[in-house]
Amino acid sequence: MLRFVVRRLALMVPVLVGLSILLFAWVRALPGDPARALLGEKATPEGLARINEAYGFDKPLLEQYFTYVRALLQGDFGNSIQYGRPVVDSFAERFPATIELALAALLFAVLVGVPLGYIAARNQGRALDTAVVSGSLLGVVTPVFFLAILLKLVFADKLGWLPTVGRADVRLDATHPTNFYVLDGILTQEWDAVGDAMLHLVLPALALGTIPLAIIVRITRASVAEVLHEDFVRTAESKGLSRRVISRRHVLRNALLPVVTTIGLQAGLLFSGAVLTETVFSFNGIGEYLFQAISQRDYPVLQGFIIFIAIVYSLINLLVDVSYGLIDPRVRVQ
Amino acid sequence: MTVTLPPSSNPGPGPAIDEEVHGVSLWRGAFRRIRRNPSAIAGVVIVLAFTVVALAAPLLTTYQPGSAQWSGQVTPSSVPGPSDEHWLGLDRFGSDMWTQMVYGARQSLIYGVISTAIGLTVGASLGALAGGFGAVGGRIGAWVDTAVMRFVDVMLSIPSLLLAVSIAAVLGQNSYAIMIAIGTAQVPIFARLLRGSMLSQGKSDYVLAASALGLRKRRIVMGHVLPNSIGPTIVQATLNLATAIIEVAALSYLGLGSSDPAVAEWGRMLVAAQDRFDAAPRLAIMPGVAIAITALGFTLFGEALREALDPRTRR
Amino acid sequence: MRNLNKNLRVGAIGLAAAALVLTGCAESERDSNASGDGGGTFVFGGTAEPVTLDPFFASDGETFRIARQIFEGLVGTEPGTADPAPLLATDWQVSDDGLSYTFDLREDVTFHDGTEFNADAVCFNFDRWYNMPESAQTDDLTYYYASLFRGFATGSRADEAIYESCTADDESTATIKLSKPFAGFISAMSLPALSMQSPTALEKYQDDTATNPRNSEYATSRPTGTGPFELDSWERGQQVTLKAYDDYWGEKPQFDKAVVVAIDDPKARADALTNGEIDGFDLVGPADIAGLEADGFQIVNRDAFNVLYLGMNQKAKPLGDIKVRQAIAHALNKDEIVSASMPEGTKTAIEFIPEVVNGYADDVTTYEYDPAKAKQLLKEAGAVGATIEFNYPTGVSRPYMPQPEDTFNVIRTQLEAVGLKIKPTADQWSPDYLEKIQGTSKHGLHLLGWTGDYNDTDNFLGVFFGAQSSEWGFDNPEIFTALKEARGLPTVEEQEPLYQDINRQIMDFLPGVPLAHPVPSLAFAPNVEGYQQSPVQDEVWNTITLN
Repeated sequence: MLRFVVRRLALMVPVLVGLSILLFAWVRALPGDPARALLGEKATPEGLARINEAYGFDKPLLEQYFTYVRALLQGDFGNSIQYGRPVVDSFAERFPATIELALAALLFAVLVGVPLGYIAARNQGRALDTAVVSGSLLGVVTPVFFLAILLKLVFADKLGWLPTVGRADVRLDATHPTNFYVLDGILTQEWDAVGDAMLHLVLPALALGTIPLAIIVRITRASVAEVLHEDFVRTAESKGLSRRVISRRHVLRNALLPVVTTIGLQAGLLFSGAVLTETVFSFNGIGEYLFQAISQRDYPVLQGFIIFIAIVYSLINLLVDVSYGLIDPRVRVQ
Repeated sequence: MTVTLPPSSNPGPGPAIDEEVHGVSLWRGAFRRIRRNPSAIAGVVIVLAFTVVALAAPLLTTYQPGSAQWSGQVTPSSVPGPSDEHWLGLDRFGSDMWTQMVYGARQSLIYGVISTAIGLTVGASLGALAGGFGAVGGRIGAWVDTAVMRFVDVMLSIPSLLLAVSIAAVLGQNSYAIMIAIGTAQVPIFARLLRGSMLSQGKSDYVLAASALGLRKRRIVMGHVLPNSIGPTIVQATLNLATAIIEVAALSYLGLGSSDPAVAEWGRMLVAAQDRFDAAPRLAIMPGVAIAITALGFTLFGEALREALDPRTRR
Repeated sequence: MRNLNKNLRVGAIGLAAAALVLTGCAESERDSNASGDGGGTFVFGGTAEPVTLDPFFASDGETFRIARQIFEGLVGTEPGTADPAPLLATDWQVSDDGLSYTFDLREDVTFHDGTEFNADAVCFNFDRWYNMPESAQTDDLTYYYASLFRGFATGSRADEAIYESCTADDESTATIKLSKPFAGFISAMSLPALSMQSPTALEKYQDDTATNPRNSEYATSRPTGTGPFELDSWERGQQVTLKAYDDYWGEKPQFDKAVVVAIDDPKARADALTNGEIDGFDLVGPADIAGLEADGFQIVNRDAFNVLYLGMNQKAKPLGDIKVRQAIAHALNKDEIVSASMPEGTKTAIEFIPEVVNGYADDVTTYEYDPAKAKQLLKEAGAVGATIEFNYPTGVSRPYMPQPEDTFNVIRTQLEAVGLKIKPTADQWSPDYLEKIQGTSKHGLHLLGWTGDYNDTDNFLGVFFGAQSSEWGFDNPEIFTALKEARGLPTVEEQEPLYQDINRQIMDFLPGVPLAHPVPSLAFAPNVEGYQQSPVQDEVWNTITLN
């Protein structure tokens, strides 16, 4: 197991090196230069030249790349051009927001999806099953941002039940030591802030969680149905075990394996969806920031954020593979 | 953003040497099974209707798409609703809404097909390269396989929508940029899928039998393994058409895509309608629902196809 | 099975209940806030986060919005206008040659750190600006100082610098000496970038030589001025919180705290106001105005201090031909353009400066809407059916250009109506669009505009037509020299006739068609009173009351 993990971690190195080169090339291939993005309508040729010089953009590309990598290896991700702040700082502010949103979405998807899928499988072929399956299909084919806009229109704008923008009510003036707002509220014992942060999560999480929900429903349904037909279930039944015990001890446990894998695979989906959801709800996460950085040609932010994301993403995938092995001894990797 | 619906089960290893004869009956059987499946029929009907509307767009309306002829009638706070000349009303830019919707179907079809074709061609080539060399085996085979798959890994290390946005951002604001971006983001899916099924085919009994009979590995791979592995990839392409249509809308939503604001493209229309949501919600709901229905059609069709081709669900 | 179902049901009910309770809490919270309790908090929705809290290193509106609450300059503006008025200086005298300015300073003023505002502090600020290290002499950090004072003590522009010295004549009198006349000097002193900052705090917490002085302790958590508000906290990525400064010399704020949050989408700002999450916001989308008014919200229109124009690149055929340019001008129905894509109350434009700016001429050549004449002119020019590229930006809403896509769309229809073929080219606003328009000559017609920073004609005409540029693609030395001459005059009165003449000249030459002066609007909750709008956005929140 340990050897497997170490091997996988080692494999990440060439992928990251490759990524850093591609990223660097891509970022410089973006049309338009960051200096102009910085100065806007006020740009003059001399002004642009001075900025390009100050940031070293006038140096040969190869030299810029090595300067960047050297800094990177020392843990320095550089400063944002637009805001002049260390990339790491803004990442530390924004990453928790996206994680919080993604976790909320995932929680919603799993808590609702697994039971629904299980119920559907148990009632295979009946109306309930059909309803669940069609519902999940609808979830997959509705564009995330369309759903987000609709949810916002109905529950925030029209009914006024839930907030429309941001992560917290600014009037509460809560303190945020970790930037995970729900956790912050618990740590500082500001319970109204906890409630407020959760309220702000409801709509974005619903919008973001719908596709994973639909997928989890389908996977659970399929794998429960499959396990139900396995010999060991039949054996257990013939042994006279109650259905409840069979469900608990055998069916769910065996059916859970593909579900866990799927949850892991949702990471990318959640992230992509987060870009869109964050935009709709002005939720200050990395998705929104990254998109801004693209339009501002903020090279250091783009490079830093995408490498961060790639590392996190690869680690999540590794974690999934490891947990896969833990749950099912058969697939424990050599 | 690419939603890959999980297969209920993987297609098992194909039958032995006479796969050609069997291949025909496999597809014929598949169609027979599709006929018996109501959701498959629904899928086929939606896909057909969509395709007909897309192809016959000029016959279904007397106006030109994206003409914005009636822009004088539109103000920031009001957009004329349904009337005798415009039975779905005008859109935000003063074009006929029905015309925009109909031509929007055409755009979606073009975007979906071309971007998926790009993804399929490039992805399947990479997959075939890796899978082929991997199945042939040997040191060189393993090396090529590894090299190609590391490249795919790099692509996979970035979430797909982010990848698509990055590519579109470099290529600038035009419709080709969107197609290439979405096509590229699909490459890893096809590459992995084809490689995976080729490798598993490579280990199957008939390959062992064939190589025991003295056939050369390269010939087995090209002649038998590849054709036998392509099925799931084709099915995936159908499913990807659905996600491609949604992704086009997503990229449009993020401000990438065609340079004409009044262009008849559902994603663009949805975005344009967003800040008129209070005054004229129909402008957003129509294209939104159209996208969902079309994606639903391709999904149902693709799933039915997958189930029909899956030997394990055959009765 | 049944057991699982039961657990599920209990769980679901629990979740639903929790959600309801939470909703209830938040609901009551909002209600109690809305009713207000005299002290209270004013929450304002801006369009972006400020880049720093040291306004000297900024040139963006959001930084200035906050700076105006914390800092004050020597000069302010008359309420509701762009004209200079006393602020930290109660009066000033200019020498005849326009090279020496003597300011009488207000006496009872203290900085937020308790130190006194006096002539030494004024000179400290002027000297600080002039002696900026070369690392800070880039346009992203020090755009305004560099373009107004033409240079610093060191660096490549040292020879052109017009600042000479500042002397503290006594405790409350300071004299600034310039080496060349600068008619806009007094007006320029009302810019937030040039506001007075506490020398003590600057020395302790700011480091101008740092790689990024915008990010210093001073510029993020200790900005110290003389304004009605002081900084409470700046939570990056979330909000800036200000609190009332108790020892403010003037009218004290009516509430304890003001919070500024950034919401970039106009529709989202409107939704947040409707939902009670904010109390007011800037730059209302034209589409949202009617809805907000219907719901009982207040719309405050700022007097337009901007211009939106249709630029024509004379390097792109056939726009070099004056007849084609005139044809395009006659083809445009400006009233329709305004009604389709701009807020109500927007006036159409006949020249490149708004009416309140010096040198506005009523009698410039105008080009009324006349499609027949346009067709005739095109025929004469041999340009019937010519294809012209039309560039417009996406993903942007500027005060002078709230909905560029709609504006483009209407103009396109009007031009096609007189027989031109339009090739639309869209680019993301920044940097792609600006790069293409200002940095290359690969563009034809284009939409662009400008919002004035302070009342100075050169801040409009000089920016557009001061020299040959790739945006316009023409070389007209007559206009260039006339502008240069006007800029060099020591007083506004002397400049006025020259600028009027230049405006006439420009509208005959017709490098572009000025379209409109769009009205930027703000929206407020019904309980917000006394917001004083300013065309140059000199809006300080000590006038506001929350009922």
